[in-house]
Amino acid sequence: MENSIYLDEARDPLIIAEGWMKDGKDVAIATVVETWGSAPRPVGSHLVIDADGNFHGSVSGGCVEGAVVTEAIDVIDSGKARMLEFGVADETAWQVGLSCGGRIKVYVERLG
Amino acid sequence: MDPYALKTLNAERRARRAAILVTDLGDGRDRIVREGDQVAGDLGAAIAKAFRSGNSGSVEAEGRTFFLNAHLPQPRLVVIGAVHISQALAPMAKIAGYPVEIIDPRTAFATPDRFPDVALHAEWPEDVLKRLPLDSYTALAAVTHDPKVDDFALKAALDANCFYVGALGSRKTHAKRVERLLALGASAEQIARIHAPIGLDIGAASPAEIAVAVLAQAIHAFRSRGMDAKGAAA
Repeated sequence: MENSIYLDEARDPLIIAEGWMKDGKDVAIATVVETWGSAPRPVGSHLVIDADGNFHGSVSGGCVEGAVVTEAIDVIDSGKARMLEFGVADETAWQVGLSCGGRIKVYVERLG
Repeated sequence: MDPYALKTLNAERRARRAAILVTDLGDGRDRIVREGDQVAGDLGAAIAKAFRSGNSGSVEAEGRTFFLNAHLPQPRLVVIGAVHISQALAPMAKIAGYPVEIIDPRTAFATPDRFPDVALHAEWPEDVLKRLPLDSYTALAAVTHDPKVDDFALKAALDANCFYVGALGSRKTHAKRVERLLALGASAEQIARIHAPIGLDIGAASPAEIAVAVLAQAIHAFRSRGMDAKGAAA
């Protein structure tokens, strides 16, 4: 999107999520809602996930996507949105931390 | 996310129109706000700011926390005229984050040799703009000095509500241009939006300096969108 004046539909997470929805799939949408320090993806970035764990887009440089996908599948099941926080300062860093030293907050919600 | 909100948002994005997805982080409810929609209070002020800056973020309003995800089309610059100024303007605009298209039917000017790495159309604006229409996230700079080439594009830019419309030429040249644009059916209000003589007044002398003045003026127009226009998001 940064260089083209038109949407890159094949890689655009929100376009892909709409396509999945039309195919009858259950979908979750994760959004970076806050960042502190150095964060690889800006506020507003999306990762979209289907119930089988397929995903497109990114919320970090690949450091926390695995954890977000796992949470997203729970969100699809429960229908309840979650706010996730990742950073090197908290204990989750032992499992999934941002190597860049920043912190991010990711909102995960079900589509529909 | 509401499926209807997603469909609406994607339709706006495909059409190169600005939209903001407003999500209440407390209850998860969301809605789409289009540029120009009236939203009251602190939330409305934050929305207007997000439309101008294109920055997404959280905002506290009415005792709630909202996340505003701003989706602005990629702004771009269309230059009418493959002239010396354009040779400097194209790379500078690209670096500043404004992809450039250059249109000039004069094949002696519009050569890839003179314009490497730029989308270049050696055709009449009438033909190119049919395929690649102008819109409110496009800036247009007409720099050929030739009414046969510039005038149609200027009228099209006014009709498409381009965020910036600039035309090269002295005040005297512009006075004649105003007459021609009136004859083409442009209104006086529309014509008043044209920046002519083109570029911020920085005393630019060389073609490259004029390019700096034009780019700065276009960026200023983009970042102050809707600040004085009627019907802007309040």
